Amino acid sequence: MQERVLYTKTTLMCALCGVILNQHWAEQDGGRRARAFRAALLDRVLGHFGLSLHDWAGGVYVLRDRKGASAVVQDIGAVWSEAERLLGRTLDPLDAALVAELSR
Amino acid sequence: MKTPVVLVTGYLGSGKTTLISRLLEHPGMGETAVIVNELGEVGIDHHLLRRVDERTVLLSSGCVCCVLRGDLADELRDLLDRRDANEVPHFRRVVVETTGVADPTPIVTTLLSEPLVRHHYELESIVATVDGVHGLRGAESVKQVAVADRLVLTKADLVPSTARAELEAELARLNPAARLRAAAFGEVEPDWLFEGAERDPRDLEHHDFHAHGAHDHEVQSCVLFLDEVDWTAFGLWLTMLLQARGQDILRVKGFLNVGGEGPVLVSCVQHAVHPPVHLDAWPDDDRRSRLVFIGRGFTAGELTASLRAFDHAARH
Repeated sequence: MQERVLYTKTTLMCALCGVILNQHWAEQDGGRRARAFRAALLDRVLGHFGLSLHDWAGGVYVLRDRKGASAVVQDIGAVWSEAERLLGRTLDPLDAALVAELSR
Repeated sequence: MKTPVVLVTGYLGSGKTTLISRLLEHPGMGETAVIVNELGEVGIDHHLLRRVDERTVLLSSGCVCCVLRGDLADELRDLLDRRDANEVPHFRRVVVETTGVADPTPIVTTLLSEPLVRHHYELESIVATVDGVHGLRGAESVKQVAVADRLVLTKADLVPSTARAELEAELARLNPAARLRAAAFGEVEPDWLFEGAERDPRDLEHHDFHAHGAHDHEVQSCVLFLDEVDWTAFGLWLTMLLQARGQDILRVKGFLNVGGEGPVLVSCVQHAVHPPVHLDAWPDDDRRSRLVFIGRGFTAGELTASLRAFDHAARH
């Protein structure tokens, strides 16, 4: 059985801030469409917790809470830790109410 | 081409050094560098051997599994430099032996996340030795077994067959994703440890949901069977799960059907996620996603319902 790497690691540099962006393993399926789809799904999940997320210029995500606090995050891994910081609690994917809402 | 690294873990006196010593005697193992934390009584000094002092760097997350082993990273970089400068014999593989009481996850994190190390090395497999006479010994021992790809039950010659069968069954329940072999005097063929297929996924069918110990907070394992899963939904779900419960999820391993010709091989050790690998073909006729979870504080039903909900949201 042959193996091949599905998503190769790439290093990108943000044209605005010069930050080196190492792509997260869950974000290496390329393309603006895939990114937009991911951002919409993230927004839906985060919406359950009273947060919103939108993709900013295909480079970073902007996370907001209902009080107007916001955070700029670079990848999907950082989304959850920033959301946790904004909310002051853990966002658990096994939360029964979240599971029920996403199943509708 | 990256140099494969094999991590050998196991409790104090469980036979790690004996296993490595015997392995190095095999003709095909000549070009192997060994990094050890402590020099044991069994000499392996005729091989390239480096001693690593304990020195760790704590990342901002403060999580135990995210402690970077700066010493190990330095050693691995140093080995590369010396190989390039012909200061050490050429090596094709590195074996890292952990201390008996060590939590192996910081080493895995180092191998998967330290940029230079990640660029030049790849974690090939994690081997855990389990003392056939004394069995599992405490939380560290359980964790070492939980994160392993290969389990070697040592001192097989000293263990009565019924006790051995019980211990083998216990190990298989605790880590259904690992291949298991009993060995006396460290006798294991290198091919079995380093190459060859993963454990036959069909075996997972018969896995018995199991809690190691009498309480809910003890380590348990379960296998999730699902049909095709949306890759974006899975990525979101797993990253969220590891953020929320990474301390309690010791190991995730398995095949995911994302709609392609072959499955995606998923593997993580606590927060450290291996780059997903797409296999060209399935190992058998079963096209279901099969994921092994080892940890505490969850049930197969909860994980399945949650992942299905994320998948549903991605499709509707």
